[in-house]
Amino acid sequence: MRSVYFDHSATTPVDKRVAAEMINCITGNFGNPSSIHAFGRRARMAVEEARERVAKGIGANPDEIVFTSGGTEADNIALEGAARANRERGNHIITCAVEHHAVLDICKTLEKDGFKITVLPVDACGMVHVEDVAGAVSEKTILITIMHANNEVGTIQPIPEIGRLARERGIIFHTDAVQSAGKIPVRVDELGVDLLSLSGHKIYGPKGIGALYIRSGTRWQPVSHGGGQERGQRAGTENVPGIVALGKAVELAAAELDEEAARLTRLRDKLIQQVTERISHVYLNGHPVNRVPNNINFSFQDVEGESLLLSLDREGIAASSGSACAAGAVEPSHVLTAMGVPPALAQSSLRITLGRENTEDDVDYLLAVLPPVIERLRSMAPKS
Amino acid sequence: MYSEKVMDHFSNPRNVGEIPDADGIGEVGNPTCGDIMKIFIKVKDGVIDDIKFKTFGCGAAIATSSMVTELVKGKTIDEALKISNKTVAEALDGLPSKKMHCSNLAADALHKAIEDYRNRSKK
Repeated sequence: MRSVYFDHSATTPVDKRVAAEMINCITGNFGNPSSIHAFGRRARMAVEEARERVAKGIGANPDEIVFTSGGTEADNIALEGAARANRERGNHIITCAVEHHAVLDICKTLEKDGFKITVLPVDACGMVHVEDVAGAVSEKTILITIMHANNEVGTIQPIPEIGRLARERGIIFHTDAVQSAGKIPVRVDELGVDLLSLSGHKIYGPKGIGALYIRSGTRWQPVSHGGGQERGQRAGTENVPGIVALGKAVELAAAELDEEAARLTRLRDKLIQQVTERISHVYLNGHPVNRVPNNINFSFQDVEGESLLLSLDREGIAASSGSACAAGAVEPSHVLTAMGVPPALAQSSLRITLGRENTEDDVDYLLAVLPPVIERLRSMAPKS
Repeated sequence: MYSEKVMDHFSNPRNVGEIPDADGIGEVGNPTCGDIMKIFIKVKDGVIDDIKFKTFGCGAAIATSSMVTELVKGKTIDEALKISNKTVAEALDGLPSKKMHCSNLAADALHKAIEDYRNRSKK
């Protein structure tokens, strides 16, 4: 049976070129970068070379990059570190309703510690409005965190505009770029951010590695404590093979961005157009244009998401859904809910996220499989 | 995550459909997740002669609906009333714990259909 992976926003396969560098490091460069002997120095060199690659990929300086265990840790320590370091200047943090839980949940934790959190609404396309950010800013605002692109619906937020506002008001600005990196340009100066989170396994690197960009001069304090690694900013012996892999993954993503984005945009738009043509009562979730090149999110009326995923899986197609049943959650996707998608349609959502190894044949295969699957599930549903 | 039996009943559900002249219809819904199960029965001499279902829901919701129809077809009303949601889950070799409450409502729908049948016969 044909096997097609359309869940690249969940995780990506490791690129062979990334894996090759990582394996070389695992087998041939085991030293502790903190050691002064030759073994340590070799590991240190590998880490610093990777740091340069990551920095170059996002237009930063190497000493502004801190390696973490992934996107979640990057988000967590970005926000907690900035909040605590600026506590005497204010206690107000602004975020939005469609952030990843790695952001929303650390905000909830900070709220228990006396910080005030404003969760901005989004429009029907999942977009935050700059005026709403401006309206929420007060003298006590110390931190704004708005994601670059949404993981479920792919909507791209107006980060440069929010960045300008934050700079004018002297507020630290963080963006979670986990879902935008490798898909659209991520340049820290163009975005106007002080803090930016990256994840390895969303850009054809391995799991367990990520990075936090901290603009030089940003008031931020470490959250983890120990051996003083990462210039005292993140304690713990460095994940050297992971770091090497992240360096290569970021380098490849930046080098191949333009061509890959154009290719995926074409496949994405073909899929959106054809599915809408071939299947009735289908709704596109997210922004029609302002979305990352690889994201498609539909709601099919009267088709429950988990049933749809299971049916596609039987045909060898891997995708995901905002359905609570599919996620093992009590309620459907907080993102779709915040966009005003009715619960029944949120339960009926299907996320298709394209990636590097997908071809036009894969898209055609999905286009062939999807209509009868939808038809079958609809025929089993009671008439509403 | 699902047993082979669940996947079998999901992929090849038994007794899908409606009975236009049903003797009893039972519907249950889960307001949180939006699942809806509808069961139609045809009763002859105290025996469930025919049964069909229509379900909007996850894999477990569809599989439990299918299983309950298979379990009670040809059984007497009294036997059918003894079937519980737990019986259905066991017949499917179990369900993931998260699904035990939200999607395991097919026996409730059956009991409602029987109740509907009894109310109609009283008239």
